[in-house]
Parts: sequence; C-alpha cells; structure tokens
Amino acid sequence: MTNKELEKKANQIRRDIVLMLLESGSGHPGGSLSSTEIMVALYFSVLKHNPENPDWVMRDRFILSKGHSCPVHYACLARAGYFSEEELFTLRKLGSRLQGHPGKDRKLPGIEVSSGSLGQGLSIAVGNALGIKLDNQGQRVYCLMGDGELNEGQVWEAAMAAAHYRLNNLCAIVDNNGLQIDGCLKDVMNIEPLREKWNSFGWHTVEIDGHNMQEVLNAFKTAEKEKNKPTAIIAHTIKGKGISFMENVVGWHGKAPNKEQADQALKELSF
Amino acid sequence: MVKMSSTREGCGEGLVLLGEKNKKVVVLDADTSCSTKTDMFAKKFPHRFFNVGVAEQNLMGIAAGLSLTDKIAFASGYSIFVSGKAWDQIRNVICYCNLNVKIGATHAGITVGADGATHQALEDIALMRVIPNMKVVVPCDALEARKAVFKIAEEVKGPVYFRLGRAAIPMITHESTPFIFGKALTLNEGKDVTIIACGIMVGEALKAVEELKKEGISVKVLNFHTIKPPDKEAIIQAAKQTGALVTAEEHQLIGGLGGMVSEIIAKEMPVPLEMVGIKDSFGESGTAKELMEKFGLTAKAIAIAVRKVMKRKKKIIPL
Repeated sequence: MTNKELEKKANQIRRDIVLMLLESGSGHPGGSLSSTEIMVALYFSVLKHNPENPDWVMRDRFILSKGHSCPVHYACLARAGYFSEEELFTLRKLGSRLQGHPGKDRKLPGIEVSSGSLGQGLSIAVGNALGIKLDNQGQRVYCLMGDGELNEGQVWEAAMAAAHYRLNNLCAIVDNNGLQIDGCLKDVMNIEPLREKWNSFGWHTVEIDGHNMQEVLNAFKTAEKEKNKPTAIIAHTIKGKGISFMENVVGWHGKAPNKEQADQALKELSF
Repeated sequence: MVKMSSTREGCGEGLVLLGEKNKKVVVLDADTSCSTKTDMFAKKFPHRFFNVGVAEQNLMGIAAGLSLTDKIAFASGYSIFVSGKAWDQIRNVICYCNLNVKIGATHAGITVGADGATHQALEDIALMRVIPNMKVVVPCDALEARKAVFKIAEEVKGPVYFRLGRAAIPMITHESTPFIFGKALTLNEGKDVTIIACGIMVGEALKAVEELKKEGISVKVLNFHTIKPPDKEAIIQAAKQTGALVTAEEHQLIGGLGGMVSEIIAKEMPVPLEMVGIKDSFGESGTAKELMEKFGLTAKAIAIAVRKVMKRKKKIIPL
C-alpha cells in the first residue's frame, strides 16, 4: 500500500472505532485513536501475517499490551480479513468474540493473548521473541504499550530482560499521548525522560510523530535493521486524534460517543 | 533406614528426565535455581534455561510468551512469591488463556523454617485453586514429585501449580507406586475414619495411624496429591465407607485441602469433618520440626482430630 492508501485506511479504521463504540455504548476511544496510524502501518504494511491462516507458524507476532485499546485492534483485524466487518458491531455484547478487553478464550482470529491487566504485554513479547530465537526462526515480535502503562513495574522488568537477551527481533511501541485516566502523565506520575530511560535499559530507541505515516514506517524499518538490541519506538501522539472534541481531552479515555457526537465525529472523518 | 529427600529435589530430577525426553521443555527461574533445584536442568540444558532474575511477574509473563511459541514452559520460584506477587499474571494471562505453563513453587509451607513468615507460603493452595483452568498438585515425597512433574508436564495441557517443600522428608512411596493425576492414592485401608492428607502431612497421617491402632481405631489414609481437579469420588466413597473425615495440610485451614473437602461433602455426603492445618495465623522462625510442633502439624494433632471426629460421629443418631 502507498502512504496515501495507508492514510485512507487509518481514516476508515477511525470511522469503524466511532461506529463500534456508538453501538456498544462503552469502550475506549482515546487510546484507540492515538494509536491508529501505528496499528494501520503494522497490519497493512509491516507485519508478515496471513489473515486466512491466523495460526501460521512463521507469522510475526503482535501483542496488544494496552488491552483497552482493542477497538483499533479489532477494526484492523476485520479490515485485514481475519473476520467479517459486521462482527465489529458485537463489541462488548453478551456472547461476543470481541470482549471489552481481548480474551483469547473467545478464539477471535488474530488475538495472540488476553490483555487488559496493564504492564504484562512486554513480558509476553519477550517470551515470544526468546521462543522464536530458540527455534532459530526469523519472525519478529511487536508489542504496543500505552505511556500511562509504563507506570507498571513489570514493564521495566521486561525491558531489562529484553536487552539482557539481546532480542533484536523485538520491537516495542509506546503510544505516547501524554494522558492517563486521572490526567496528564506529568501530573499523575511522570515517566520522563522516556528516551533516556529506554536507552539506559539497553534499548535502541527511536522517537517519531506517531501520526506521520512515513515516520511510522521508517521507524519499523530502522528497528528491523538493528542487530543487537530490542527497539523501542516512542510515538508522540494525540489522544483522541482525528476528532476535534476528543483530542487531548482526558474524559475521552473510556467513554463512548452518543449519536450526536458520533455524527459530528464521522463528519470530521469524511475523506 | 528410610531415604530422606525433599519434593523440590524430586522436581529437579523430574525436570532433567523431562528435558531429555522432550525438546519442547524450557525451564525458567527467578534467581532461585540453586534452591528450587532447577539448576540441575540448567547445567544439562543451558540453552533451554532462562534465569530472569528477581522478577516473578516477568517470570510468569515470559513463560506465557514461550508457551505461545509451542514450548512447555516450566516456571520455578519460591511459592510465596510466585503465587502472591505474580497472581495477576497467573490469573489474567496464564489461566485465562489456558497456556501450557507449569509452575514449580518450592519452599511452600511452614517447614521453610528459619527464614520466617515472609517466606512461608500458607495461602498458595487457596490462591491457586480458585482460578479457573488451574490445576494444583502437592506431592507427598521426592519420588512422587519426580513422577508428577515428569508425567503431568507432558500429559496435562494447560496450567499446573506444583506445591513443593524445602525440607528433607521420609520417602513414603516407591518406584513402583503409580502416580495418576487427579486420583487419590489409598495408603492404608480402615473402616472408622479417613484421613485425607497432602504433602508433608501424609507422613504424619501414617504415623497417626499407628498410634490410633493401639486404641482400636481403624483408619483409612488417602494421599490427596491432586487438590484440583479433586478426586470427588474418592472423598464421597471415604465419607460413605468410614462416616467421618479428617483433613491434614501444611496450609491455612481457610481455602486449602480442608476447604476443598468440606465444599464437596457439604453438598454430596455430609459427615463429621475435622481439619488440621494453620489456624488463620502467620508463621515464624524456627526449625521445621519446632514449627510443626508449635503450629499443630503433627501426627499427635491428627490423632486428636481423629478422636474428636469419632466422638461427633457417635453422636449422630441414625434415622
């Protein structure tokens, strides 16, 4: 796909997110919208995967550590062909394979692991990357985390281990939108200096504008070239990106739009 | 003389046998491999051993990730820390996803000894058995631990928690004793009362049998190595056959083996039940033997419970 096509896809995914949340009446728009370009780049350009054979052994692995942002993941999976787009509208409903936070027990194609309890995904990704290396295979492992999630101590246990084992097949992406549930990160629990933290933990670190498709793609390419270290991509993003009244507003972390708000959002997202 | 060994050593031996047989087995530890005895596996299969440092939560996450690349991941550490500190990781990832992660939790119970209360896991059976998909196994001696680890890791899919001890204890089973996951093992037949025990308390139960025999009380003993899934049939059968039960465990009375047995008999076959275990308290420093005396985890305490339950049994007027 060309950059233009990927950008168009991101727009479509944002519309999906709005419509899914309108239907479900609850969910997390803010972090889904801030990570849309990253997710689109992964599912429509970077990942070696096969939606028709989700368990393909040679597939790259994607671990969504910030499980609450599953609307963007579900939308990407559906648009990539893992399951029907109609199923997106079962989000959070009784009996659905699209749980409020991803549940592997539901066997939704493309979901590698349950998530929702923050701070755990990077450890799982480290285990994936170690297992792949043990089998002398070349798949890559990607893990998307929130910036508020970096408050969790386990993230840094995993960061230490990834560098220790020289997991150059591992790439962590931090959706650095600067907001957590109770407010700005700098007020609730400051995580800066972020780049220096990852560097000092022994990671190769890249900083990008997480909404610039070219920068996102370049970052993933740089990560692939790294021979000795895992790569952390710090993606500077805007929470609620693309919908004016949601952008940088803490209140839109975990709230669904009503009909009027959704109409306004879709109008803004018309391509 | 009876051979002495610990269940953690039995586990270490089992892992080496398993590693030889199955190349998919990987072992992880959290800077405790010399104590948990996973160092035996580490020496033999260094490329399949991962020491993640003092980080139990990460230990469980990495084990989960390895299992997702078609490995049988055996994660080992001190029971107090793996069951407590990493409970969320075990619950929300390993058990919710039903991953093939086996947990070797050593230094369980009060017999850890001198290290004291912070290192004595007395709640881990309760913490683990309450989680869906989790299986809980408490071997009674080193041989049983070896067999359990060797057989279960391959035969039983999904998460299993092995509760293992630090102390060297007498060997009760033999090479030829069968180990069947989920099936209680009858070690002594009797008609008046049944002692249902696990781990180190199986040996104490057998000692109590001898003492009670002198008083003319005939005691059946079940080695209840699989706490979950429980062998319901064996419990109901014992309740029917002997009309009274005593449970014995190196764990809190709340939520452990006794709790599990009472959950079953209350519904299926109510009979008088007495429970031997830790009475809602923390442990302390001391030798294993001193602590077992102080906290009432002895053959003597079991015998007292048996006499008590026999009295209650006699008071029940047949309809």
